[in-house]
Amino acid sequence: MTNTVLQFSWSEWLQLFTHFLSLSLLSVGGAISAVPDMHRFLVDKQGWLTDSQFTASIAIAQAAPGPNVLFVALMGWNVGLNAGGLGQALFGVLAAMLGILLPSSILTYMTSRWSHENRELRAVRAFKQGLAPIVIALLIATGWILASAHGDPARDWPLWLTTVATTLIVWRTRLHLLWLLAAGAALGWFGFV
Amino acid sequence: MSHSDIEPRQQPKSLTDLFVSFSVLALQGFGGVLAIAQRELVERKRWLTNDEFVEEWSVAQIMPGPNVINLCITIGGRYFGLRGALASLAGLLTVPMLIVLLVALLYAQYASHPGVAGALRGLGAVAAGLIVATGLKLTAALRKNVLGVGTGIAFGVLCFAAVALLHWPLAYVLLGLGLIACTLAYRKLAP
Repeated sequence: MTNTVLQFSWSEWLQLFTHFLSLSLLSVGGAISAVPDMHRFLVDKQGWLTDSQFTASIAIAQAAPGPNVLFVALMGWNVGLNAGGLGQALFGVLAAMLGILLPSSILTYMTSRWSHENRELRAVRAFKQGLAPIVIALLIATGWILASAHGDPARDWPLWLTTVATTLIVWRTRLHLLWLLAAGAALGWFGFV
Repeated sequence: MSHSDIEPRQQPKSLTDLFVSFSVLALQGFGGVLAIAQRELVERKRWLTNDEFVEEWSVAQIMPGPNVINLCITIGGRYFGLRGALASLAGLLTVPMLIVLLVALLYAQYASHPGVAGALRGLGAVAAGLIVATGLKLTAALRKNVLGVGTGIAFGVLCFAAVALLHWPLAYVLLGLGLIACTLAYRKLAP
């Protein structure tokens, strides 16, 4: 934690906003793919966040409900806290989230409208049909990468077992997903996994 | 056969319906919202079939920006134009944002508690399973794919190997494999 209060004027807020703005269109596959550059700018270059604040922002957003992109909101929040207090923190959230979302959302909105109006076009159909197997595989790969973070299967087999059991239950039953999440959290809280 | 292919299609009734539906969806999404999005939008609300979900997901995935945000903009925009997109986006972000800020405040107090660390680990293991299972369910959409089941599975396996095992950058995999697959699909769709 930094104890010194950052000096933030309009020019710093604008820099924070434009940094996220510039990463928006580069974040193919989600804002998470732009994390290395955020670290370079916010921690290394500007010193607006400490390393532990940066890492905690990502971890908390992944653990809390909602889209993972909220880690960007937490980064803005923490920059604002370092710059003085709750008011600045809320301003930081606004600057960071608007920056990361505006360009990509506008582009997506226009593209999705266009592709829906032209959905019978051969090229549009080919695009969607061709990508289908790839994006499905990407999902399975994402789950695999998350599971690999469990570590050594011989030592951490309860975690792997939890993942495999969840996969089978979700694939084959209609059990409400919140039950599974609650069970996972409880197993972890009491030290079973 | 999944139910959603047979049962009648529904659609969002109003902007409020979009806002509330996406709020409910987002609040169940621990460690990412996609697994919940498939369950809610395809299996419960039936706004989309599995096939349509995969198609919209393809566009959401290839566009820059967070996938789930892109998906909600697409679906909201489909029914109510710009207002629909904004209502969906607000639903997806507003309440979860308040919660994540609250969690951040609490986390500063309780980060060192062993139970908290354990619960996060357990949640992570379940979240990984949710995402794999969603992918497995969506493979049903490949049966109707113009590429054919065999070719589709081949592309899937290649993509999985490149991303999960070889850790190649996502952008290259999407561009490379995607270009080949789309070209093949384009030729098979020849009138």
